[in-house]
Amino acid sequence: MEVSLRDPKILMKLSKLGSFHQSKLSFLRSFLNEFKDWEYRRDLFNLNQNGYGRAVYSFSKNNRTYSLICFANEIKDEERSDRVIATKWDAAFTLHDGIPTDQDIDRLANEVPKQEVGRLSYKELTLSRANKSLRLFNYVVDCLSNGQQPDVNNLSKVGYLYRTTAVYGSGKFGLADRFRIKNRDEILGPFRLEMMLVYLVRQFTFDQVNHIAKNKNPGLAVQLDPNICRNLGIGNSTGLGMAPFIVNHPELLNNWIFARETALKKIRQIEKVSNKDFNIFKDCLIKSLKNVTSWHTESEYQNNKIKSLLNDLEKFIDFLNKGSLENKPFLFNEIYTWIEDNLNDECIEYIVSMMMEPYDNIVNPLLKNMSADEELSFNIPIDRTVEELRSIIEKNYPDILKIDFSKNENNQNFWFISKNKEEPRLADRYKDHGSNLEQPLAIARDIKKLYEILFISKNSLTIGKFLMDHNEYRHVVRRAFITEKYPYAEIQDNTIGSNLMPIDMLRLKLSFFGALKFDPRSNKWLRICMFQGAPLPNELKSFDSHWVYNSLNS
Amino acid sequence: MRSFSEIETAVKRATRGMGFSWGVAEEVGKNIRLLEMFGLPGFKNINQYFKVLTNQEFEKISTISTINNSKSLYCPITMGLNFFDQSIHLKDADNIQINNLGFPLLFIPFVSRTSEIIGKRIFLKIDNKEFLFSFNQAVYSNYLSGDIVEKSEKNELKFMENNNLFSEEEWSELYKLSEDTFVEETDELKQSAAGAGLIDND
Repeated sequence: MEVSLRDPKILMKLSKLGSFHQSKLSFLRSFLNEFKDWEYRRDLFNLNQNGYGRAVYSFSKNNRTYSLICFANEIKDEERSDRVIATKWDAAFTLHDGIPTDQDIDRLANEVPKQEVGRLSYKELTLSRANKSLRLFNYVVDCLSNGQQPDVNNLSKVGYLYRTTAVYGSGKFGLADRFRIKNRDEILGPFRLEMMLVYLVRQFTFDQVNHIAKNKNPGLAVQLDPNICRNLGIGNSTGLGMAPFIVNHPELLNNWIFARETALKKIRQIEKVSNKDFNIFKDCLIKSLKNVTSWHTESEYQNNKIKSLLNDLEKFIDFLNKGSLENKPFLFNEIYTWIEDNLNDECIEYIVSMMMEPYDNIVNPLLKNMSADEELSFNIPIDRTVEELRSIIEKNYPDILKIDFSKNENNQNFWFISKNKEEPRLADRYKDHGSNLEQPLAIARDIKKLYEILFISKNSLTIGKFLMDHNEYRHVVRRAFITEKYPYAEIQDNTIGSNLMPIDMLRLKLSFFGALKFDPRSNKWLRICMFQGAPLPNELKSFDSHWVYNSLNS
Repeated sequence: MRSFSEIETAVKRATRGMGFSWGVAEEVGKNIRLLEMFGLPGFKNINQYFKVLTNQEFEKISTISTINNSKSLYCPITMGLNFFDQSIHLKDADNIQINNLGFPLLFIPFVSRTSEIIGKRIFLKIDNKEFLFSFNQAVYSNYLSGDIVEKSEKNELKFMENNNLFSEEEWSELYKLSEDTFVEETDELKQSAAGAGLIDND
């Protein structure tokens, strides 16, 4: 049986993309799989009794080493801020390519804590900073120093000891350009080095909390129980800085979604699903319920989504129990057809993620296709014609062409880069100043304008000649041709309309990262947790690949 | 040291800041990155060009002919874009002359990228500076000074035919050596090779 890939015109709506969940394709899970047989070491741990100082952690294999260099600093409580405009953090980190010398560490000690105003070199790969979750960190120190383990219920409400506020890579602030490392097999999946940084930071947070507790009360202090550590991740505050990424990297967006859709298609095409595989699916599903019931947020928007997810999961489990599905041919196709007819997007995408769990053989080969060489589609095919471009737009942007941009509500917002932090921001075109400096992220509006011009242009005109008089549309001409090759490259929604929910864009990207527990704090930023439940570095040689669902049950 | 990624982003934004469209700014950002990767002083030249551009008008060409004359200096960005966009119509010309080009090094990446899309090497002479572009993979040049070049009077472009750079005799000599890696087949093996048992004209 041939199953079609899901239609980009439906799938690429923001409300749908904003319902995606982590899966086996997620970058933090594929990072752990890739690095499980690398040698993990703590090379340096030079902190004072209050936990301030330097530490180095590394992964090595053959002749390659990646080293996380940590700088833990003393800051005043009033200086602590998760905003990107902050200038001081509890700790700052960089991932160094190789084994750092003492001179490297001294050099980096002057630069890394400064973050965006520091300068890194081509020997550094990623950069980040993090703040303590003060209530939890101090609570854990107090418990441990008194010889007690902290109460897991208190921990689970937050889920982490530290949260990062940005992770930079790919040439920012002098970091190594991607081309220097892009041919390394171990980092062919996207964001591998960013994931490595966050993962090693997580271990640093455990080591630091143990170290402070021990120094506070050397006679009585105990170490944080590894089972508790495993259920703590690293938090992350994410704002609008992340949203334009998925618009600015259409091929990458396509490759992520194409991998997911290919996995789903192949799973639906399995004629005989073995009992073993079906049981893995059911087992993960049941265990994952704890992830949903322990998902705390004050956001009404997200709470409604969680409520809908739980209701739908109940319906789905009922369907599984009553459906006598075992041994049915094309079982997962049967399931998919049912969920599409009966459940909401939040739960449909949840179950799609879960369907991948039994199938390493389908998922793993797709991982290496999730990066993109964007240079390959940069050149506009100037020999194509106006007629061809118009038909590409008609085929790939039908709903976009229906939007009436003469209405204010469809032009309500504009994206700009803030002067103080050079970060993307969203503002109201009719209230705020600066729309003349708008970023090229109003793709729907510009595609529609391009289409209107194409409509009155000569069909046989080559694109090269068309551009002679219309270079103001060059950015969307390029994109339209990209969508011809990459069906999932474009969000099929208006990214400047009054009903835009930017957190849907964040959620999409973060789901591919592998984040859990999306906690929107407004419609423009959210908190998440990464690596909660993941094996600790000394457990990587052998760990349960379904750890995402199992850990909270252990 | 600034990374190439930082260079591209800064140039893209600066180009937009100078009033070019976003699509053009994307091209210029990529171009300056390319120049810097080739070891040519792209950033210096675009910086100086934008300084001059605030006080001086440059000629914006649209249709490129085999001979292009202007009393004032041509804008290298508009010249480059149109050369790239019209290259499928230009590639059969023997040569193309451009007289009076402002900041000619900024024109170079457009030519290099054109060489790739039309599949031909392109020779460019900027006054006495010579460049040979090979499919956007390499630039061979006698220009190594790394200076800003504010203008060039005579610029000449030639699309090179796709000929080998060696003779048939040289090919035969080397090919003969390669034959030393081959093994003579037995008759039996020859008869069982692909297509064995079929009648050729069936």
